[in-house]
Amino acid sequence: MILSVDGVSKWFGEGAARTNALREVTFRVDHNEMLYIVGPSGSGKTTLLSVISGILRPNAGTVLVEGKDIWRLSDDALADFRLHTLGFVFQDYHLFPRLTTLENIAVPLILRHVPWNDGLEKARRVLQVVGLEQKGQLPPQRLSGGEQQRVAIARAIVAEPDLLVLDEPTASLDGDTGKRIVAFVRNEILNERRAIIVVTHDDRIYEYASRIIHMEDGRIVDLPGPAA
Amino acid sequence: MSGVLKLALKLLLGDRGKFVTLVIGITFAVFLMMLMTSMFFGIIEHSAANIINVGAKMWVMDPDVQTPQNSIPMPDYVLDVVRSIPGVDYAVPLYVGAGLVRLDDGTYQAATVIGLDDATLFGRPELLAGKALDIYRNNAFFVVRDANYAKLRSPKIGTTFEINDHRGIIAGIAHVSIGSLFGLPTLYTTYSRATQDLPSTRYVMSFILLQPKSPAAIPGIKRAVAKLGYLALTDSEFTTRNNRFYEFQTAMGTNILIMTLISFIVGLSIAGETFYMFVLDNLERFGALKAIGARRSELVAMIFYQSLVVSFLGFGFGVLLASALVAFGKLRIPNYAAIITYQNLFMALVMVLVISGVSAYIGIRRILRIDPFVVFRS
Repeated sequence: MILSVDGVSKWFGEGAARTNALREVTFRVDHNEMLYIVGPSGSGKTTLLSVISGILRPNAGTVLVEGKDIWRLSDDALADFRLHTLGFVFQDYHLFPRLTTLENIAVPLILRHVPWNDGLEKARRVLQVVGLEQKGQLPPQRLSGGEQQRVAIARAIVAEPDLLVLDEPTASLDGDTGKRIVAFVRNEILNERRAIIVVTHDDRIYEYASRIIHMEDGRIVDLPGPAA
Repeated sequence: MSGVLKLALKLLLGDRGKFVTLVIGITFAVFLMMLMTSMFFGIIEHSAANIINVGAKMWVMDPDVQTPQNSIPMPDYVLDVVRSIPGVDYAVPLYVGAGLVRLDDGTYQAATVIGLDDATLFGRPELLAGKALDIYRNNAFFVVRDANYAKLRSPKIGTTFEINDHRGIIAGIAHVSIGSLFGLPTLYTTYSRATQDLPSTRYVMSFILLQPKSPAAIPGIKRAVAKLGYLALTDSEFTTRNNRFYEFQTAMGTNILIMTLISFIVGLSIAGETFYMFVLDNLERFGALKAIGARRSELVAMIFYQSLVVSFLGFGFGVLLASALVAFGKLRIPNYAAIITYQNLFMALVMVLVISGVSAYIGIRRILRIDPFVVFRS
C-alpha cells in the first residue's frame, strides 16, 4: 500500500459560513494502481487531491504516504516530500513559458539540486519517453495542448516519484488526444513501484482506471475494493 | 542552489518587458542619485579649495571660523606664541580676503586675494608661467588660471590692473588643483602686500599655517592653541568642519539631500511596483514551484537574486550614465562642480540595495503567502 487516507475532513469558514469540503474520507491506494477520483463539480475531488498531495492541511484525519503521516511533517519536510515522492500534472499544466520544454521538464531535478546539465540530460531521456524528443528546445507555448500535457507528464515523472497525481488531465484536450494521453500514462508510466491518482469527471477515460472512487458532497459514495 | 538561481534568472530574463523596465527604473534612480550627490560632493570639494590648494598640515583660526572663505582676523602675537609651542616645526601667516579689481576697460571684478608669507611663500600655487620670486616685484600678483580666469579678461604676464585703488601687475600665471566655488578669480600675492593694499580691520592675519614636527605633536599643539583662545585643526579636520557648514548650515546640503531622496523614492517606486507586477504575473508559476516542492528559502533566494540582478545592472548603467554626463559637463562647463567619489558611489550602492531589498521584500511577502492550492483551482 502506498497511500492510506483515514477519516480526512476539511472545511472552510466557521459557524454558519462553514462549508464542508471533505467529510471523513477514507480509502487506500496500492502500488501499480491507477485510481480515479470522480464526481460532479464541488464534490471535493480537488480538495482531496490537495490534501493527499501535502498542499492543503486537513482539519481532521491522517494521510499516510509510504507509512509516513505527511501532515506531521514540518513545512520544509513537506516540501521535500512533495519533491521526492510526488509528481504533479496540473489541469492547466503550469509550464514555465520563459523556459524551454527541456528546462521545464528538468525543474523538479533542479529543485533537487541536480546539476543543470545533468538535469537537462535526464529531461531529454524522459522527453523521448513521451515522444517529444524533437521539441526540447521549443518554449511550451509553441506546443499543442496534447504536447503540453505530455511535457507536464514528463515533468511529473522525471524525478521518478512514487505517487503521480493528475488533476483533470483531459480537461483541456479533445476526446481522442485525452484518451491517448491517459492510455500512455497507464501503459508507460504506471508500474509496480508507483501508483497514479487521477481526478476527473471525463467518463471517456474511465476504461483505463484500476479503480474508481465516486465522490459527492465531500463524501465517498462508491468505494470499490482494491483491483484484483 | 545554483540551479535554482539559474532558474530564477531565466524566469527574470524571459520576461523582457518587465526586466528592461526594472533595469531602466533603477538606472534612472541611480543616475539621479549619482548626479545629485556628485554635485553635492563637487560643491563641497570646491568650497574647500583653499584648504586643499594651500596644502598646510594644520590651520590655526578663530574658533568661530567655519570655512576658509570667512576668516576672523587674529592679532599678530598669536603667530609668535604658536611658533613657540613645542612640537611646532614652523608656522606662517596667511591672508585670505577679497579685493575689487578695476580692469583696463573700466569695469570692476571682485577677486579673492590670498597673501602668502613673505619669507617662505608657503602654500604658493604651481606656476604655469613666471617665476616664484617674481612675486616680490613691485605690485606683483599671480593669477590663477581656472574657470574664473576669463573674468579678469584672461590677463598675461605684465598685464596691469587696479586693485582697491592700488596698482597691480600680473607676474605669474598659476594652476591650482581645485577651483573656487564662488565664481571669483583668485590672485596670490605676498602677505605684506595683501595686508597693505586691501582694506582691513585692526587685525589682518586670517589664518596661521602650521607644520607640526610629527603627528604625535598635534594634540599638544591643539591644547596650547586652545589655551590662547584659538582653534588649531588639521587640514582634514578643517575640511570636515567646512563640509559640515555647507551640509547643515546652508540650504545647499538640505536641498540636494531632498533631491537625492526624491530620486531614491522615484527609483524605489518604479522598481518596487514593476517588481511587484513581475511577481504578480508569475504568481501561479511560483505557486507551481511551491507545489512541486520548492522550499520557502529557495523561493526567497530566487526573488532576492532576481532583485539583486536588476539592481546591480541598474546600478552599473546608472553610474555609467552619470559618469558620462559629469565628464561631459566638465568638458563643456568650466565651473561645473560635480565629482564622483567612492562616497557617492557607496551611497548610491546602499540606496540601490535598499531599493532591491524593499522590492524583494514586497515580492517575497506575496510569494510566501501564495497557497499552492491555487495551481489546482485554475
